[in-house]
This record gives sequence, C-alpha cells and structure tokens, in this order.
Amino acid sequence: MADSPLAPPRSFRWARRVFLTLLTGFVLLPVYVMLSGSLKPLADVSGKFRWLPSGLTIRPYIDMWSTVPLARYFVNSLIVAGSATVLSVAVAVFAAYAVSRYDFRGKRVFTVTVLSTQMFPGILFLLPLFLLYADIGNATGIALFGSRGGLILTYLTFSLPFSVWMLTGYLDSVPRDLDEAALVDGCGPLGALFRIVVPAALPGIVAVAVYAFMTAWGEVLFASVMTNDTTRTLAVGLQGFATLNDVYWNQVMAASLVVSVPVVAGFLLLQRYLVAGLTAGAVK
Amino acid sequence: MTAVTTHTLEEPVAKSPPGPAASTARRRPGRIRRAGLPYLLLLPALVLELLVHLVPMVIGIAMSFKELTQFYIRDWGTAPWTGLGNYRLSVDFHAPVGEALLHSFLVTVGFTLLSVALCWLIGTAAALFLQDAFRGRGLLRALFLVPYALPVYAAVITWVFMFQHDNGLVNHVLHDQLHIGAEPAFWLIGGNSFYALLTVSVWKGWPFAFLMVTAGLQNIPGELYEAAALDGAGMWQRIRRITLPSLRPVNQVLVLVLFLWTFNDFNTPYVLFGRSAPDAADLVSVHIYQASFVAWNFGTGSAMSVLLLLFLLVVTGGYLLVTSRERRTSDG
Repeated sequence: MADSPLAPPRSFRWARRVFLTLLTGFVLLPVYVMLSGSLKPLADVSGKFRWLPSGLTIRPYIDMWSTVPLARYFVNSLIVAGSATVLSVAVAVFAAYAVSRYDFRGKRVFTVTVLSTQMFPGILFLLPLFLLYADIGNATGIALFGSRGGLILTYLTFSLPFSVWMLTGYLDSVPRDLDEAALVDGCGPLGALFRIVVPAALPGIVAVAVYAFMTAWGEVLFASVMTNDTTRTLAVGLQGFATLNDVYWNQVMAASLVVSVPVVAGFLLLQRYLVAGLTAGAVK
Repeated sequence: MTAVTTHTLEEPVAKSPPGPAASTARRRPGRIRRAGLPYLLLLPALVLELLVHLVPMVIGIAMSFKELTQFYIRDWGTAPWTGLGNYRLSVDFHAPVGEALLHSFLVTVGFTLLSVALCWLIGTAAALFLQDAFRGRGLLRALFLVPYALPVYAAVITWVFMFQHDNGLVNHVLHDQLHIGAEPAFWLIGGNSFYALLTVSVWKGWPFAFLMVTAGLQNIPGELYEAAALDGAGMWQRIRRITLPSLRPVNQVLVLVLFLWTFNDFNTPYVLFGRSAPDAADLVSVHIYQASFVAWNFGTGSAMSVLLLLFLLVVTGGYLLVTSRERRTSDG
C-alpha cells in the first residue's frame, strides 16, 4: 500500500489528520452544546458556561412543553410540512413524468422558468404574496393568510422546482422500454406511470420527499409573517423562548434537539438517495 | 435548488427522443389526445408556480411604484401611484433611507464574498481529504452533513446560546480559558456581530460545497490519476493538475448557487439577531423585511426588492456569460 504511487505521502496524511480533526470539532461543537445544554440544570446554563454539567437532569425535556405552547407548534409544523411534502411530491411526479417522457412545445421555457424562480430573494415574493393571500381571502372567503393552508401552498412551491428537476433525472434513468411495454399491454399513460414508473423511481421519490419536508420544516421567513398564534410553526415558535424575560437555555436546547431529531434522522437514513439524486443531476 | 443553474446551462444536450421517425410512428394513434397530456400533467405545477411566484412578482413590481403605507394596506389597489418615488428614495444615498440601504448592501456583498470563499475552501478541502478510503470515512461523511440537515432555526438558536455574553461558550473559551482580550466581547451586537454571522453562515453552508465537490470527484476517471502517478506526479501535484481543473464545471455552478443563497439568506441573520440586525451585520434581506414589516412601508420595501432582484439578475447573467465563454475557449 505504502509503495503504490497513488498512496498519499506522509505530508498529505498529516495535513488530512489535522484538518479533519479541527473540522470535526467545529461541526460538532454546537451539537455538543445542544445535547449537553439540554441535560443541564438551569443554574449551569444561567451562569458561566461549563463544559461538563454539574448534574444531569431531564427536567428541561418536561418543562419545555409548558413554557411555550411547544406541542401546538409541533403539531402545526407536522401538519404543514407533512401536507406540503405529500402535495409537492405528487405534483412533482406528474410534472417530471411529462418532462422526462414527452417532447412538447414550451418544455424548455417551463423548466427554465420554474427553476429560475429559485434564485429570486424570498423577500421579493413575501410582500405581494402577503397581500395576494389577503385579497383572495376577501374575495372568496378562503382564508390563506394566517392559515395552515396558505403556508402549505407556499412551501409546496418552494420545494417544487428542485423536486421536479431531481425527479426528472430519476425518471430518465428508468428505462423507457418498461413503460412502453405497459402502454402496449393496454395501460393508459397514467397506468404506466403509477404501476411501472413510480415503483421503479421510488428511491428518488423518497429523496425528494425528504428534501421537501426539510425545506418546509426549516423555513422561517414566510412562517414569521403568515402565521398567527394558533397556526404558528416551530420555526417561529422556538424563538418564543428567547423573547421571555428569563431565557431557560436548557429548555431551548432541549426543544432544539427535539425538533431536529425527525429531520436529521430522516436525512442521515436517506442521505445516500439524496446525494445520489444530487449527483445524477448536478454533475451531469 | 442547487442544481438549478446546472440544469439551465446543460439543458440543450438534454435527452432527445429515440429518433423522430420512430416516435411519430408510435404516437400516431390518438395523437391529438396524447398531445395535450404533457400539458395536463404540468398544469398543477404550473398553476402553483404562477400563483406563488410569478403573479406575486408582477404585483411586487407594481407595488414598487405605489405609495403603499399602512393606511392603504387593507386595499392596496387604492394606494396612490408615485412613479419612481420609491426608487428615488431607495437610491438617494445622501438621505437616511438610501444611505442605510447602501450600507446594508455593502455589508451583504462583503459578507457574501467571505462566506462563499470560506465555504468553498473548507468544502473542497474536506472532499479532497475524504476522497481516499480510510477507516472512519463513512462516519465523517455523515457527521459533516449534520449542519446541513439541522433545521436552520434550531442550529442558529444554539449559536445564539454559544455567543451569549455572560453564559456563552465562545466567551468562556476565548476570555476565561485562552485569556484573549481584557473584557469578554459582545458578539450579537456591535462590530463583532459581523464575525458571529460569518461563523454561523460558514458552519451552515460549507457542507453543501462538500456535497457537491464530493459528487464531482466521483466523475473524475481513476485512470487519469494512475497515468499521472506513473509519470511521477506526487499527490499534491495530482490535486493541482488533475483534480482542481476537473472540478471546474462543478465549481462554476457551486459558486453561483452559494452566492445566491448566501446573498438572499434571511433565516440565519433573523434567528441570530431578531427583527432588527446590528449595523455591522445588517444583511439586505433583513433590512428590506424591516423596512416593510416593521416600518409598514410596502412600497419602498418592494422597490428595494426589485433593485435587489435586478442586481442579482445582472450578476448572474454576467457570471453565466463569462463562465460559458471561458468554457467555450477552453474547449476549443
């Protein structure tokens, strides 16, 4: 191994060791602070910072639910992110199927337009969307502003462009012969989509779902404007801890950890698919 | 999101049908009915994008020409037109509003350039160091993605705790343990807030660069390295002569995407500082947010947003033009 001309020299291995150690420390520092902070008694987080807790307690995990209405925020976030994910994936599957399997006039315009919306600053849409939702509410009685529905609608379009783009890549990798055989066998195009293409592209669909969920779960800007007390999501609600007169940092850390677990676990479990999808498309 | 730009760049070579003759022959039966199908499949996506992105954008541009203050918010259509008034106000750099916007813009540019450079550097270095298999590599790869996977607000609020003046980790380490500075520093107000923001932004952003570069490295054929090694090129030379040049196409996209994300970032400064950021870290998205929702002046806020959009369009267009020309000259 050491004799191979491709083996890294000592200088490289040392540089690697030093760099990766430092980087791991940088990456894990906040994770450690979050985890240890969530298990510390209040005195530990109100006074000087301590690397090691003076004692371990799970009180923060119990008390955090009553300091702010965390459970309600949690439910709101679950409903909003869950619905946005399901809808976004469904819409994206249809669109990606069209882009992947058909040639039609305006295809390029469609992809370029949809994707370019991603580069625009969110703040540009925020103000008009705020007014547009209010107008739709006044005109039709459908309450979009301040409701979970409005937020779901908004978030679903946030993940849509990337989902369509990534799924198109996935569907392209599903052999056309498969769905053409299904068409010959008398399935309609939709039958071919649901019976053949969707099952074959399931890893891609799962990856897109994770991405959509993460996007909706973590969004702050629109949530801060478009929710009210009953529809507030975690993204805004968690900051409620910080605006209290006394900040219970151990509870803040416990709450941060609890809201992170679903997405980090999902991401790490499915990262291979997400990375593969990213690779397939991004580095084509 | 990422690859947005790649896609637009690479689109012309996208998949073509197996052959014009073959496909028309196959599609002839029921062709008219079938021709509408792709549009039908696209309809939901199209309607949603129109409703949430394109229509609001048009309204936003219209709003920027109106005097849209809190008095007209209930029925914004009735707000009086002011022509270019909002724009004049935004770019009058001798008056407070324009001066503050210019300051915020310059802070954002500086912040973005530093953050993108650091994210790229760390991400590329990490990807290169993890290129060869060694024990623990899989674990490190997963760990390095944690900042990317954490919800922004949970991660940033942890940094807020770390940056606390009296009970935070940063001051404990810097002041109590390393004895740097006579007094513990303030990190979330005053001049230091810029570095606090930069630290959090890099912590949050570099894994994405790592991800993209890792993906790019997998597409470099191994024979290239072997051939170079046989020619006597050492590890560092191989990195400089083969790896980095091969990563060019990935880097071109990566840098643009990082730039747009960092420039438009709202979540990080908003959670870090709250509704009004300190002057030294007054990023333009938070600045506009404040001008609109705290001062309730939507007209001026919209004008600022449009100016921001124009700036981003010019930068992106220029960037794509330069990089595609470069690519063409290097290809031929």
